[in-house]
Amino acid sequence: MAKDMSFEAVMGRNSEIMKKAVGIDYNVFESGSIAFDYEKMMRETGYSLQEIERIQKDTGVGNTPIYELRNLTKLARKFAPAGKGAKIFIKDEAANPSGSFKARRAATSCYHAERLGYKGVIAATSGNYGAAVASQAAMRGLKCIIVQECYDSKGIGQPEIIEKARKCEAYGAEVVQLTVGPELFYTFLVLLEETGYFNASLYTPFGIAGVETLGYELSMQFREREGRDPDVVVVTNAGGGNLTGTARGLIKAGATDTEIVGASVSLQGLHMASDTQFNRKSFTTGHTGFGIPFATWPDRSDVPRSAARPLRYMDRYVTVNQGSVFYMTEVLAQLEGLERGPAGNTSLAAAFKLAQELDEDKIIVVQETEYTGAGKHIQPQLTFAKENGIEVIIGDPSEEIPGKNIILPKDPGYIKIEEIDLNRTRRSYIRNCIQNTKMEKVTKEDLEFLVEDTKSNEEFVKKVLDEFGVEY
Amino acid sequence: MDAKRDDWVRIHNIVLEAGDRAPNIPEDTQNVPLEFWTKGFLLNQEAKIGDKVEIETYIGRKVEGTLIEVNPYYDHDFGKCVPELLYIGRQVRSLIEKDGE
Repeated sequence: MAKDMSFEAVMGRNSEIMKKAVGIDYNVFESGSIAFDYEKMMRETGYSLQEIERIQKDTGVGNTPIYELRNLTKLARKFAPAGKGAKIFIKDEAANPSGSFKARRAATSCYHAERLGYKGVIAATSGNYGAAVASQAAMRGLKCIIVQECYDSKGIGQPEIIEKARKCEAYGAEVVQLTVGPELFYTFLVLLEETGYFNASLYTPFGIAGVETLGYELSMQFREREGRDPDVVVVTNAGGGNLTGTARGLIKAGATDTEIVGASVSLQGLHMASDTQFNRKSFTTGHTGFGIPFATWPDRSDVPRSAARPLRYMDRYVTVNQGSVFYMTEVLAQLEGLERGPAGNTSLAAAFKLAQELDEDKIIVVQETEYTGAGKHIQPQLTFAKENGIEVIIGDPSEEIPGKNIILPKDPGYIKIEEIDLNRTRRSYIRNCIQNTKMEKVTKEDLEFLVEDTKSNEEFVKKVLDEFGVEY
Repeated sequence: MDAKRDDWVRIHNIVLEAGDRAPNIPEDTQNVPLEFWTKGFLLNQEAKIGDKVEIETYIGRKVEGTLIEVNPYYDHDFGKCVPELLYIGRQVRSLIEKDGE
């Protein structure tokens, strides 16, 4: 009898399909309540740092250069109080095959897929990860399908996403493109079931462990060139994997005093699943539309338990406006001779402002860059914005309204960061844990888990539980 | 005829009709279908744009859909001149020059 391929039937087979497609039985890490054994999951299903270094070396991933952005530091000091203005550095992750840090995640996923005997890999992504998986799959002789959310109902696609489709095809992948909507997941499941390929999810333990080398390298490179670990590492945050992996790598290197700052582009007011708003944004990743929902509920991802848990590692979370990131992208090219981004430059815009808060002898690191190209560049992205009725203005970025205008800062002094109240984010995460598990009483294990998963303390978690009337 | 067997083509499908979309999504998205595109080599002997056809994708998957394009190509580019960006380079270069170093 033919399988029922209706939406409901396929979604109903989700856990069965995923188990085959990821090769992990997530149940063994579950407590049956809110808690699950995160470290055990990372240990038993992932790879050690040394193994990953070897896997990545095999396909030319990692060991990317660090550049000191001397001119940008000088510029930041012009706008900083006397004695302030930390040295700004950047890790040129665009030097990876496929042009972004995502090669690290893809390297381990494709290695794992090959080792387990899968014939191909599938990833649901409109971002750089698609190209990364396609590139790594090419090196390992695996077939590859990338599923993209690409167009609105008029068939108009974001130039940035179209460029990423081109790049995937350049590596021999099939690119399935869809219009806006979370039901992309249905098509994704259908493809996994049909092909029996590996789900090269962004959120598996191997994917996240792949980013640990980035954090580890950072620490090693800074100890070698500056004699110490960086004081602050700024990470562009969307699904949380970049931040989680980098922070874990720094911790594994012993760089426990390094402050981890997440940065996202503010797209406040725009709904990510809205057909009419899809092309009114000028960033397709690195924005709050992913950053906030994935921080407050990481397990919304395409695997039962996400290995990307940004609240576990984040010390601070800031947002910048779209105009400031475009401005800094131009500055990076003009002052430092590096044409990169734009989306990856979100952390750069934040670091420019954060550096002004820090003493001159401090070190602040922007931990990634990404390749730039046709469609994926400030000019086509701003051209596209204008064609979609967005006003491009030079003025005060704090007045930017996502979906209505993009405000380029009048001068660098206008670049500001907005602080996200992490305790509010932590509270939302705990609320989601309660709502999604329908627990009326949490166990001692749950309590410990919530403290760890929110990088808070017992007092804070208990206060939130009291607020929601949950016993402990 | 617009295409013959083995031509590289692009096809289109409706995955979910407007009324069948997930309930928890914004209304504007619920009111439109979930659409699908992929590319491959045409398996039919010949076909016209708008015909229901079967293709073999680059990785060898067979997919049915409506033929919409033959020899599809990318036309994304570096956009038009964005005059609003032109002040940035000069501004930041002059700001650091004034340092007197």
